[in-house]
Amino acid sequence: MNWSELTAPYAFEFFRNGVYVATMAGALCGLVGCYVVLRNMSYIGHGLSHAIFGGYAVAGLIGVNLFLGAGIWGVVTALAIGGIVRRRPIGSDAAIGVVTTASFALGIALVERYGSPGRSADALLFGNILGVRSSDVWLVAGVSLAAVAFIVLAYRPLLFTTFDSEVAEATGVPTTLIDTALMIVLSATVLATMNVMGVTLIAATLVVPAVVARMLTDSFGKMLGVATVVGAVSGFIGMNVSYHLDLPSGSTIVLVGTAFFLVAFVASDTFRRRGASVTHAH
Amino acid sequence: MTSDVTTLISPVEALIAAERVTVAYENDPVIVDVDLTIEPGDMIGIVGPSGSGKSTLFRALLGSVPLHSGSVSRRAGLTVGLVPQVERIDWNFPVTVAECVAMARAGGWRTPWIRRGERREIDAVLERLGLDGLAGRHIRNLSGGQQQRVFLARAMFTGAEAIFLDEPTSGLDVTTRHEVLHLLDDLNRDGVTIVLSTHDLNGIATHLPTIVCLNRSVIGAGTPADVLTPDVLERTYGSPMEILEHGGMRVVVDSGHGSSLLPLRRDVGA
Repeated sequence: MNWSELTAPYAFEFFRNGVYVATMAGALCGLVGCYVVLRNMSYIGHGLSHAIFGGYAVAGLIGVNLFLGAGIWGVVTALAIGGIVRRRPIGSDAAIGVVTTASFALGIALVERYGSPGRSADALLFGNILGVRSSDVWLVAGVSLAAVAFIVLAYRPLLFTTFDSEVAEATGVPTTLIDTALMIVLSATVLATMNVMGVTLIAATLVVPAVVARMLTDSFGKMLGVATVVGAVSGFIGMNVSYHLDLPSGSTIVLVGTAFFLVAFVASDTFRRRGASVTHAH
Repeated sequence: MTSDVTTLISPVEALIAAERVTVAYENDPVIVDVDLTIEPGDMIGIVGPSGSGKSTLFRALLGSVPLHSGSVSRRAGLTVGLVPQVERIDWNFPVTVAECVAMARAGGWRTPWIRRGERREIDAVLERLGLDGLAGRHIRNLSGGQQQRVFLARAMFTGAEAIFLDEPTSGLDVTTRHEVLHLLDDLNRDGVTIVLSTHDLNGIATHLPTIVCLNRSVIGAGTPADVLTPDVLERTYGSPMEILEHGGMRVVVDSGHGSSLLPLRRDVGA
């Protein structure tokens, strides 16, 4: 395959939009995913994407803006999970399981009964990156900018709260405010990328780049950078590969991320063995 | 019933004053009617058996747990640092020594990266604690004593007037324990108020100027000479204890119903 064949799809606006969105969405999910993984909340990304599907259906049914309605639904869901965990002796995994699957089930029931309010339910479930519009590009760009601004402005309290919430609170960090803001950013991230990746694949784009980065570095700052780059590169390569091999874009992006995971897994193991042998030699 | 009791008061002598504080989890009281005053320059050890409420008292004093009744007053503008038990730390969290120390300065707007001036401050704190050259190392790749000192450095980096340490010598060998104790003494001489919890009576508590014996409520408070008496210790630990004098210091010996002083017997070759 020569250069002109590789670049041929860039003649199409829909493809360019798809590449922009996939790259930005990958970077955004990689960045936010670090906090998800380090808070042992990997399942909440999966659950929240399902819950937001329910909010999308409800918003369509009652006739409010789909993005706004689904976003509010996602934030309320995330806060409800936290509230249940605090008030009842129920683990967060179980609370996420109950609340988000109930919301997803509600969404499925409403879509089946009244039809999909916007795009097809299949596109929401599995992503439809080739149907990306200019408005989607701007939406992902806006959410990405907001997420970066939040993480830059609240970097240290966010890190402190993620690492050691109890000590952070005891020494004056507004941990509840920080947690709530992170949930809003997470909900917006899931919502903005749902059309692109699909409900069923968002969890992977949140988790995989962060896990890859964690295996490659012991520094928090570097982890954020590596995860963002891995997510962006996965999105970019995945989009191109999906076009040329005629594969679904969402699953191709996830598979590219998984390839990074395998490489990092082997590389980090090699480095660890080498480090151990050097230490032993001393 | 949860009372609205935590208040900020105008500058007074005490940094923190707890009056008749009761904290309950699920209506099960953990500490009851605790009175405690912490004044500037104090170095206080809170001692008691496991489950006596030491950590809960810390949370109450720092305002991170709702009170069932009573009140805690903190001097307005008081800055505190908290060194957690090392067992509670997630050692797989990706954070270097420098990042761990820097995160404590979380108030106001700070750059995500460590600026040159801050780096110099961090290096100075690390050097003081004998951690120079370790700023870029992951916190897991340190010895137990170094790990403990990293979290002390984090508390110091905030410029805290009072530092609370939850079981700071847990899991440390004798030499490292003494190093940590001397570091705390140096800090205290520099004017930092130190409050620590420990169950180590001989290794830590007897060396401190002030001890508070806690078992759900305050059993006794004062100097080791005042507090380390058989009566107070038995009421605190629920077990008879004897006090010996050695080199001008008090040594607590568990007389454990008259049996635990004896070596455990093994019938060899029976």
